[in-house]
Amino acid sequence: MAIQKEHEIHQRRFGRNLGVGLCLIGFVAIVFGLTVVKVTRGDPMQGFDHAVRPEMTEGN
Amino acid sequence: MTDTSYDIQSKAGPQEAGFGDYFALLKPRVMSLVVFTALVGLLVAPVPVHPFVGFCAILFIAIGGGASGALNMWYDSDIDIVMKRTKGRPVPAGKVTRGEAFAVGIALSAMSVVMLGLAANWVAAGLLAFTIFFYVVIYTMWLKRWTPQNIVIGGAAGAFPPMIGWAVATGGISIESVLMFAITFMWTPPHFWALALFMNDDYTKAGVPMLTVTHGRKATRTHILVYTLLLAVVTLGISFTSIGGPVYIATSVAMNAWFIWGAVGLYRRDEMTAEADGYKAERAFFKVSLLYLFLHFLALLADAALGVLGLGV
Repeated sequence: MAIQKEHEIHQRRFGRNLGVGLCLIGFVAIVFGLTVVKVTRGDPMQGFDHAVRPEMTEGN
Repeated sequence: MTDTSYDIQSKAGPQEAGFGDYFALLKPRVMSLVVFTALVGLLVAPVPVHPFVGFCAILFIAIGGGASGALNMWYDSDIDIVMKRTKGRPVPAGKVTRGEAFAVGIALSAMSVVMLGLAANWVAAGLLAFTIFFYVVIYTMWLKRWTPQNIVIGGAAGAFPPMIGWAVATGGISIESVLMFAITFMWTPPHFWALALFMNDDYTKAGVPMLTVTHGRKATRTHILVYTLLLAVVTLGISFTSIGGPVYIATSVAMNAWFIWGAVGLYRRDEMTAEADGYKAERAFFKVSLLYLFLHFLALLADAALGVLGLGV
């Protein structure tokens, strides 16, 4: 049988779950945003296609 | 809260915590200082940072600072429960268990350091990790309960954020960032000792060896004056670096004059007078200290803004 009457503790629990959910969504948005910024401003990226190029091994 | 009510609560076990109780573990008020000083460190640096990367970096620095606050509450719950100023915190109030505070602190510490490293660079991340370690292990676990110089050395933990902000932009450390560190480092002792002068009973009850408890109030007043003079040397010294400008110099001269005048006033006061007027001058000095730090960093920001607008000297 479903709980008919909502207790204050349920509201508090809902608030906590909502808070954690929003934090997780925010975290995903941040990681996505950082990825977009780093890719579009042309930070050095090598090895994403598993191909070894001379500039990757130079100086080693 | 009386002793009786504390017993009842502790036996009843923790209540179910709301999201705000976990957020309170991060010491939001301290976090605001961390955010502000780190932001200034980042913005006055000579290297521009992408706004989104800058935003994320400040966020992770704030989370790292908050995480160290949670670990502080985990370790210090025995002290917090007897001090009037801290007994409303989530752990002593029975809203969050010590284990939860520890878990939140450790998880957020690791997350913030790794994410700062990935978002900005590993020098900044290393400085953040060291800050957390310094605050939790060196200050909270060791110095706070052991030496009356706890505030002096422990103040370093709160002084790192502008240095981290600078490292986010430049990837390194320089004389400017070290001096920004020195502002908060030298400011912390007079700020907290003024607080201890009118909250002495709290520290005595908790057995924390504050200078007021171990060396008395007269010695504390002398220490406040000495550190205020040293602070003036440091803050005025920044005027001669690349980040000091006309706004900063004017602000620093005015605020130092006001602060030194206040410190001399405290030095001259005796306990009878202080008790008679309810520590009026000590409370006023404490408030001025907050303004002092805020205006110094704000002035650095103002000079950087003038530089960007082409109005800098």
